[in-house]
This record gives sequence, structure tokens and C-alpha cells, in this order.
Amino acid sequence: MIFKKKRYVRIEPKEKVEIKKDLWFKCEKCGKLLYKKKWEDNFKVCPYCNDYGRMTAYERINMLADTGSFKELWANMTSGDPLNFTGVKAYKEKLKEEMHKTGLKEAIVTGECKIGGISSVMAIIDANFIMGSMGSVVGEKFTRAAEYALERKYPFVCISGGGGGARMYEGVISLMQMAKTSAVVGKLKKAGLLYISVLTDPTMGGIAASFAFLGDIIIAEPGALIGFAGPRVIEQTIRQKLPSGFQRTEFLFEHGMIDIISKRAELKENIIKILKILYT
Amino acid sequence: MERKYLDFEKPLEEIDKKISTLEVGKKNGTVENVEDVVLLKQQLAEKTKEIFSNLSDWQIVQLSRHPNRPHTLDYIENIFEEFIELHGDRCSADDTAVVIGIGKFRGIPVAIAGQQKGRDTKENLYRKFGMAHPAGYRKARRIMKLAEKLHIPVITFIDTPGANPDIKAEEEGQALVIAENLMEMAMLNTPIICVITGEGGSGGALGIGVGDRILMQEYSIYSVISPEGCASILWKSQSAVEEAAKELKLTARALLDLGIIDTIIPEPLGGAHRDWSKAFELTASAIYENIRDIKTINVEQLVELRYQKYRKIGFWNEGEEKNE
Ligand SMILES: [Zn+2]
Repeated sequence: MIFKKKRYVRIEPKEKVEIKKDLWFKCEKCGKLLYKKKWEDNFKVCPYCNDYGRMTAYERINMLADTGSFKELWANMTSGDPLNFTGVKAYKEKLKEEMHKTGLKEAIVTGECKIGGISSVMAIIDANFIMGSMGSVVGEKFTRAAEYALERKYPFVCISGGGGGARMYEGVISLMQMAKTSAVVGKLKKAGLLYISVLTDPTMGGIAASFAFLGDIIIAEPGALIGFAGPRVIEQTIRQKLPSGFQRTEFLFEHGMIDIISKRAELKENIIKILKILYT
Repeated sequence: MERKYLDFEKPLEEIDKKISTLEVGKKNGTVENVEDVVLLKQQLAEKTKEIFSNLSDWQIVQLSRHPNRPHTLDYIENIFEEFIELHGDRCSADDTAVVIGIGKFRGIPVAIAGQQKGRDTKENLYRKFGMAHPAGYRKARRIMKLAEKLHIPVITFIDTPGANPDIKAEEEGQALVIAENLMEMAMLNTPIICVITGEGGSGGALGIGVGDRILMQEYSIYSVISPEGCASILWKSQSAVEEAAKELKLTARALLDLGIIDTIIPEPLGGAHRDWSKAFELTASAIYENIRDIKTINVEQLVELRYQKYRKIGFWNEGEEKNE
């Protein structure tokens, strides 16, 4: 791959700029120039300002699942268009665009894997696909994954990260996914199975107000935006600026909503520790 | 209560005024012609039918928020033979946006929870416009757990623009308490009937809205986001509010077709706000029929049926399966 890129550099000056952009980029927060490969090896955390970049679902899997152990389930499920939503942009069009942009079929990836050698089921919300919002597919795949864990008596781990929460294009169907996913977490509870929920930036709205906050153990990455109402909505309601750090991981930790604040580099280790205590 | 009119109700206002002038005159003996009143009432009914046979979704949104519409406590006072209001979440506060209690409904003991809106500014400040804080959701959950213990049905009345979006709500874990309510309601070992009487505003409505039967009044709405919110996010313009209302499929009719609700409760001609007693009667019969239906199902089976009811909601394509 790298060899291929080098060849492009020599041939096409236009591409050269592209490649440079590809290899180097500016940190959104501190503005420092970062070598992309190094940044990715550091799990997309800026070494200068400690800013947490947004990881994709598959990057999460590479980070958390034991190498080569992840078996994806229901990989090709795509969303229907229950409302036949047209609006400014038709939902069907929007879905197509998002699939093209992200290479994903939907905002969730589910599968079976080993974490620290322990068989587990994992669901990962990808915030890059329509802001990781809760549509039919997110609800259905989450529910299937939980039921899959239930059948096999495996622990269930979910990595959340969704900005908007609800998916407007699916109207009340989207809202009902909150009830559906919460109900299946109830089944896990009844069956006595462990559910670890990891909150990443951002976990808001319908995702927060359903499965994300129902974890038996809730872990959050530092500085993640987590809450029910969006900061802008709150500011408009109270007509005041919000205090800094409001709705961030550390704020929620202080208010007793989170068990563990885990650095990204230590996330796998922390999950394994929990699984080892309870499952070995 | 002073009668208020929405823009599209204006033609009714004129007829209403004429009728009340004649009726006052009749009382005082200054008007003798009774026929005029009969005629005007006919005219009123026809005009109302004409307007209401062709309502847009946006007009239904406005009706669901009509200032004269009966609120939760109005239903409670008129539908239940007996009612005792209970207070507090046993944790931090008594949220005035939520009313809970126990009551008798046609001889059956029931537990009740509902969001309560106010009628004027003072009342609305007290009731927080029906927008509950975490304490309100815990308060509702508390009465549901009591119902489970006593094996009595839960009836919830839903009428809220949404859960309260302020600093306090976030500090106290609004997302967490709503999530917990959804899970608890899904698992609750007793029948739950949810009645949407006005505005079913998103997660705030769903927070007391998971049940065995979801009933919706004809001119109430249930939506993932307000049409105003949707218009500003997707269209970036408030002038798109009518279009947004239409796209969101938030009316009782649309939601029945989508399989989200179980029953539409018909409203009196011109809407619940024009004839409260008729609205109470129609609502009470719908609740009664549904309670009668589900009371015969054993609880374990009922909870599993409830699970399956939500389990199947959604629209997706499997795609080609290559992994299994
Ligand atoms: Zn930086």
C-alpha cells in the first residue's frame, strides 16, 4: 500500500497534494501537524493535546477484539424507508450517500469475538453514518446481538457513539427502537448476563436514553459528550451559556452516572479485567 | 374557561358568538325565536364537519396542543370513580409535571401516571409545561412498581412536548432515568395501558409510554421530534413546519397504519376541546375495552407479548447473508 502511494507521488503532482493530506493532517483541536499513521497507531488520540478523534466501528473492533477473532453478523442489513420520507433530501438518497461516504451499510456493526480470550458479543455504533443515529437497523441488530449473547450465555459489550440519537427520517419507528433495545437489555438482566456499555464521543438523545445507559457497568472515554438534550437545545431553553465541561464524561462521573473513565489506550485492558473477574 | 380559536377554527367562532348571543337573549326573555338557535347549531355542525373532514397534519398538531384541550387531571377527575393523588419519587423531589395516584375505574383498582400541562402562565410554570425532570420519571416508575406488587393495571396519560431539557435534568441523569423506565415498563409484571391525549413528544413521552396497548386520541400526535425541530434541522427554516409535520407521520391514523399504536380513540365533533364530557366518555370506553381484553391474559404471557410487540417494530432488508 505504502509503496503504491509513493509511486503516485512521483507521477502526478495533483495526487501528490492528496497523498500529503493523506499522510499528514492537522489536529482539529490544537492545530498541530500530525503524522497520520502514528496518530492512528495511537488510537487517534493527539499526542500533543490529548484530543480524542472519532474512531470507526471497524477500528474499534481492531482495537478491542482479539486479533482475527471477530465474526461479523448480519453485515448486509440495510434500512427500509417506512415513512417514504422525501423532505429536503429523500431518505433513500441519504442512505445511499452515507453508504458511499462511509463504506458502511448502517450505523452499527455487530458480531461475535473473543476479548482477552473470552467469547463475547459486541455491538459498535459508528457515529460516521448519519451521526450514529438510531434507525430500524441499529435497533434490530442491537437486539439480535443481545439475543445472540443470551442464547450462548456470552457477555455483551456495546460501544456507543451517536450524536443525534433519533433518526428523524424514520419518525416514530426510530423512537420505538429505544423501547425495543431497552426491552432486550431487560431480557439480559433477567437472564443474569453481563452487559458492559462503553460511551464514546458523542452519546446523546435516543441512544443515551436507551441501551447506552442501561449497562451493568458503564465505561466512558475522557471528554466525551454524553447526555439527553443537545447543548444547543439546552442553551436555547435556559437562554444562558452552558458551563464548560457540562455534559462531558468527567461531569457525568461526578454526578454518579459512570463507573469508570478509561483512556482509550487502556479500554481493552479494562474490559478484559472485568470479564476475567466475572467469567474465569 | 375562555374559549380560544385556532386560525382554521375562526369560522366556528362567529357562529358560536351568534349562538351565545341568542341564548343569552333567550334567558333574558329578549329573544323569542328558538328556531334561530336550532338553525345556527345545524350550521355550526356542518361547518365543523367541513373543516374537520379535511385537516392537514399540521392542523392536527395544533389541535393536539389546543389551549382548551382537556389535560391529564381533567381526564382523571372525570374518568375514575375515585382517585387519590400520591406524591414524590422517594429519592429527591415531587415533580409537578407528573401526576400519579391510585384510583377506581369501573370498579377496578388501577395505578395512574400522567404528564400534566398548565392552562395559564402561572400554572404552566408550576407544571413546567408538562416537561418532566428525572424525578418525574422516577415518580412514574414508583407507581408502576406499586401496581406490579398489587397486581393492578397501570394507566398512563401522555401529554408532553418532551422531557425537560435543562441543566438540572442533565445533572440528574435524564437519559438514564428514561432508559430505566423503558426497560422497567417492558418487564413490568402487570398490564399497562398508555393513552396519548395530546402531545406525544419523543423520548419524554415514551418514558411513560411502553405498554400492552397504546391508545391515541384522534387529534393527538406522537413524534420523534417536533415538526418545528425537524423543520429547523432538515429544512433550516420554520416555514417548512407544515411539510415536516406531514413527513413525520405523527398522526393517530398514520401510526395505526404503521402498527405503532393499537387503537384510535375517536374525538367528539370539532375535537376533544369542544365537548369535554363526550371526550371523557369515549376515552373511558376505549380504556375499558382494552383493560377487559388484556386482563384475561396471564401476566407472564402478557409480558412476552409486550416484548414481541416492540421486538418486531422496524423496517429493514436482510441483504445477502455471507457470515452465517
Ligand atoms: Zn491536538
